[in-house]
Amino acid sequence: MSLVAVGLGGALAAGVLTALAAVVVPRRVRSAVAGTGTVVTGGAGVMAGVGAMTGSSLSVALPGLLPLSGVSLTLDALGGLFVAVTGGVAVAAGVYGISYTRSHGLDARGVQVVFPLFVVAMLLVPAAASVGTFLVCWELMALFSLLLVVAEHRHRPEVAQAGRWYAVMTHLGFVAVLIGLLVFVAHAADDSFPALREAGRHLSPGAAGLVFVVTLAGFASKAGILPLHAWLPRAHPEAPSHVSALMSAAMVNPGVYGLVRVGFDLLGGGTLWWWLLVLALGAVSAVYGILQAAMSTDLKRLLGQSTTENMGLVLVGVGAAGVFATSGNRVLAGVALAAALLHVINHAAFKTLLFLAAGSVLHGTGARDLDALGGLRAGMPQTTAAFGLGALAASALPPGTAFVSEWLLLQALIHGLPAPGATGGTAAAIAMPLAVAAVALTAGLAVATFVKAFGVGFLAKPRSAAAGNAHESPPAMLVGMGLAGVACVVLALLPTLVLPAVGTVSGVALGVGDPAVSGAVTVRLAGVAGALSPLMLTLALLAAVVLVVGAVRVVAARRARRAARLWDCGGGPMSARMEYTATSFAEPLQRVFDDVVRPEQDVDVTHHEESRYLVQAVEYRRKVPDRVERRLYEPVLAAVAAWGRAGRRLATGSVHRYLGYGFYTLCAVLILVAVTR
Amino acid sequence: MLGLLRKIRRTGRVAEPAPPSPVVDRSAVAAELGGSVQIRHVDAGSCNGCEVEIGSAFGPVYDAERYGARLVASPRHADALVVTGPVTRNMAEPLRRTYEAVPGPKLVVAVGDCARNCGVFAGAYGVAGAVRDVVPVDVEIAGCPPRPEAIVEGLRKLTGR
Amino acid sequence: MSALGIVGGVVQPVLIVAGSPLLVGVMRQVRARLEGRAGPGVGQPWRDLRKLFGKERISPRGTSEVFRVAPLVLVATTLVVAVVTPFVTTDSAVDPVADLFAVVALLALGAVTLALAGLDTGTAFGGMGSSREMTILALVEPTLLVSIFALSVRVGSTNLGAIVSATLHDPVRVISPVSLLAAVALIIVIVAETGRLPVDNPSTHLELTMVHEAMVLEYAGPDLALVELASAMRMSVFLGLLANLFLPWGIASTATPIALLVGVLALIIKVGLLGVLLAAGEVFLAKLRLFRVPELLAGSFLLSLLAVAASFFLA
Ligand code: SF4
Repeated sequence: MSLVAVGLGGALAAGVLTALAAVVVPRRVRSAVAGTGTVVTGGAGVMAGVGAMTGSSLSVALPGLLPLSGVSLTLDALGGLFVAVTGGVAVAAGVYGISYTRSHGLDARGVQVVFPLFVVAMLLVPAAASVGTFLVCWELMALFSLLLVVAEHRHRPEVAQAGRWYAVMTHLGFVAVLIGLLVFVAHAADDSFPALREAGRHLSPGAAGLVFVVTLAGFASKAGILPLHAWLPRAHPEAPSHVSALMSAAMVNPGVYGLVRVGFDLLGGGTLWWWLLVLALGAVSAVYGILQAAMSTDLKRLLGQSTTENMGLVLVGVGAAGVFATSGNRVLAGVALAAALLHVINHAAFKTLLFLAAGSVLHGTGARDLDALGGLRAGMPQTTAAFGLGALAASALPPGTAFVSEWLLLQALIHGLPAPGATGGTAAAIAMPLAVAAVALTAGLAVATFVKAFGVGFLAKPRSAAAGNAHESPPAMLVGMGLAGVACVVLALLPTLVLPAVGTVSGVALGVGDPAVSGAVTVRLAGVAGALSPLMLTLALLAAVVLVVGAVRVVAARRARRAARLWDCGGGPMSARMEYTATSFAEPLQRVFDDVVRPEQDVDVTHHEESRYLVQAVEYRRKVPDRVERRLYEPVLAAVAAWGRAGRRLATGSVHRYLGYGFYTLCAVLILVAVTR
Repeated sequence: MLGLLRKIRRTGRVAEPAPPSPVVDRSAVAAELGGSVQIRHVDAGSCNGCEVEIGSAFGPVYDAERYGARLVASPRHADALVVTGPVTRNMAEPLRRTYEAVPGPKLVVAVGDCARNCGVFAGAYGVAGAVRDVVPVDVEIAGCPPRPEAIVEGLRKLTGR
Repeated sequence: MSALGIVGGVVQPVLIVAGSPLLVGVMRQVRARLEGRAGPGVGQPWRDLRKLFGKERISPRGTSEVFRVAPLVLVATTLVVAVVTPFVTTDSAVDPVADLFAVVALLALGAVTLALAGLDTGTAFGGMGSSREMTILALVEPTLLVSIFALSVRVGSTNLGAIVSATLHDPVRVISPVSLLAAVALIIVIVAETGRLPVDNPSTHLELTMVHEAMVLEYAGPDLALVELASAMRMSVFLGLLANLFLPWGIASTATPIALLVGVLALIIKVGLLGVLLAAGEVFLAKLRLFRVPELLAGSFLLSLLAVAASFFLA
């Protein structure tokens, strides 16, 4: 039996058994059992995924398991990558969940049973090999995650609201995927992926375009891409933190997987405008997502918004790959897709770490509002270190994790400028610089965002009593964060461990054959003169720090370090209220992007009764609403509500009226029959 | 812009020639500073007459910067405090804290008669005392207000240039 | 890793460390002379640094390791850039790091650590400075990367050595519209990144107008010396980068002593000249309001975008 079969089978078995075990075991050990089981499930998933990426593959068909279409599973290299990522995230989240669920009162049967099943469903999505199987797994994944999102709805009303948003949007997305794939299946022999692949070659451009755009809408909504992102910053933060990590790091990836699978594999690449659309959506989402995150003061919401940003960057890579592939530059397309897929992996690693750390903050302080945090480094040193590492990884600075994938992405984009005078290159010539600019702006804003999140949340002085009394999390949570942290460090320093495999996957997905990237220590690209060695960069940086420390030792006077009070201009001690908060930190950016984010603020001045010149109180309120939501969702929701109200007038509760409706309808049908016959 | 350029050319150098160095023997601290003295100015309650003169000591004509003195924005960056005015009750504690905030080795310059002996404000209700009564003083510059030349001379004793 | 690269990797950092304070001295002296002053002499920044290294260290209460480590990281990042970038020799000591993106990101990393240190103090001014610094950094990034795009597109690589060598062998490139537009965009970016007028006033005493200075108000003694040294080094690194991307002549492409000497002299002259021009230009400028700065940066972004467009449409 191959590694893949053992892994996938093991994951399935472990997940289901864990769920069953969680039903029967007593509450005392339930968290531990469910957590350990999830770790095993995730570990088996990683095994299967790695096995599939390194060459072996698996196909199983179980025709009798589901009515009509049966179940068929195939795990190839592309699916393997996503399975491995999900498995990895599940391992960290599983360990973390052991303590987290216990201390947050989440060890009732519901959450503990659903959690491993959610992981299993996510592992199966990339392994599905027929439309029927795919849709079933997709829907199971959505349902299980919905149950987990609303786990805490009794404690907080926002959770219920987030759950409603999530339920509606995820099902609209499901319907889009369903319709798109059904249209596709209508042109194929049956609903298996090989049959679709065969049909994809003969599909008319119009039909192919329709399939692509409709499924793109569904996949984009899963990945939190604009304008279908509205649920994401609601649902991801409101879920329990280890579930947030799974959702934000793993559950958005099937959107990318579906896009790559349908666009490149099943439809065979398509035409230029598809990918320009993807590129544009990605660029807009990246900038908008990070801009929202930069304005946000809620730690977990900020991370959710940053997921939109990162998925946007991934889509920029995918879109660029498509643009290059359709214009015949397959090698560069391989580089771009490898960049996108590497970013999927990197994002999973650092977003897991960040969400777990944010959960730890929630655990230690009960707060997630940055304006109420601060000074956590004293009470929670390990969590601070974890979040710091995650923030470095997320902000695309060397030696961080995202730096490598964004570097790759930029290399692909820069070399994508067509040669002057190339026919039909104008679109790419306009798209590439704008994409580079969007990626650059995203990178810059991400730096500001994570400096804010880390600097305001963890450094400085505590801004509330809760933050001042912060305490470190129990060991299992620290181990979970540690695992994610190790993944981040390894991916940052030795991306060459995974990059060749990722390059192969992207090569296979695009039908190029050659791996796009190679190198043991230095990342080298196929067909592009560019090289980067994150390890050497880090070593050089460390050497420089050591050198500077040594030089300062020699040069500086040997005087003892003196502790002194902070320089407060000689006035009284500064209180925490005088510190810069997350809101004030983001204020200059908010002013710069005033036209985009449209903050709403009002100032109420209450004057003294006696005189207008004396002020009694000033009240200042500011809110940065999601502008897309204001402009797009609210009118739609309002229209739906108006229809509903109009419809209600038809149903007054009078039996005579309903009988009348029945009578008139019957007459109308009879007339219709009489006329048409 | 061209106008400014022409003006720069026409004006040329306005700094007066440097008078001979007043330094006879440098104090140990001044020697340690080695020709670079960053100064934090503290107004401990002056009438602002001294400030005007300090301003012109650092202006182009007297150009105290050429001797290595420079005004800075934080006592942490400073080597010397330049204190003006009698120390008022409200400024006594802040002055002490500012002195605390300066990393050693550090110096204090009392500028003006008020800073030396409370000057015209001696005995007034709000006055806590001369600068000497609050923090140790190394150099005193007399005058009400002292002339910029005197201030520059005092500062040159610190920089040793 | 060639012999030339290793020599460059040793000579360049020494030159940058030793020369940067002098560059700042020259710039201050130029400014002083234009203002009709006598000026403290070009050696003054070195005198300042020597004195600061001899002073007491202070740890403000309530600050953490971040505050203490930031100056070290700041200098270290700049030092790495000084080692790998082709300033004196066309080869780089650590070629896989001599990538234009990596260099830019390293310099940004230095700025970020200092911003975190500013936040770490928990003072109002520290937070204000880092908020402003990060805003400017975020807005500078697009211009910077698109200019890099424009410069690298015809070389087909973002490797600094490759870009410099290509320009050396094809001098006409320098006066192409692509280069000129990118150069102007980069100059604006460098002014913003190094905190010069009209974006930031390095000699202000008014906290409310500060950007860089506000973050470092708490540093004293050797820590402050490192911060000051690093900002001087950043200035010369940026100017050196500008000089060698557009006017690389004189840079050593062989490891002979003569070539190296010429390389060193050429760098000193180019960077010195740029510094003098920058300082002289500042005399004519007033600081922009903070919220006008984005307009300046947006303008530079437009120029860089034009540069890329020119490289496709005009070629
Ligand atoms: S010395 Fe004279 S000028 Fe100076 S503060 Fe006192 S009264 Fe004012």
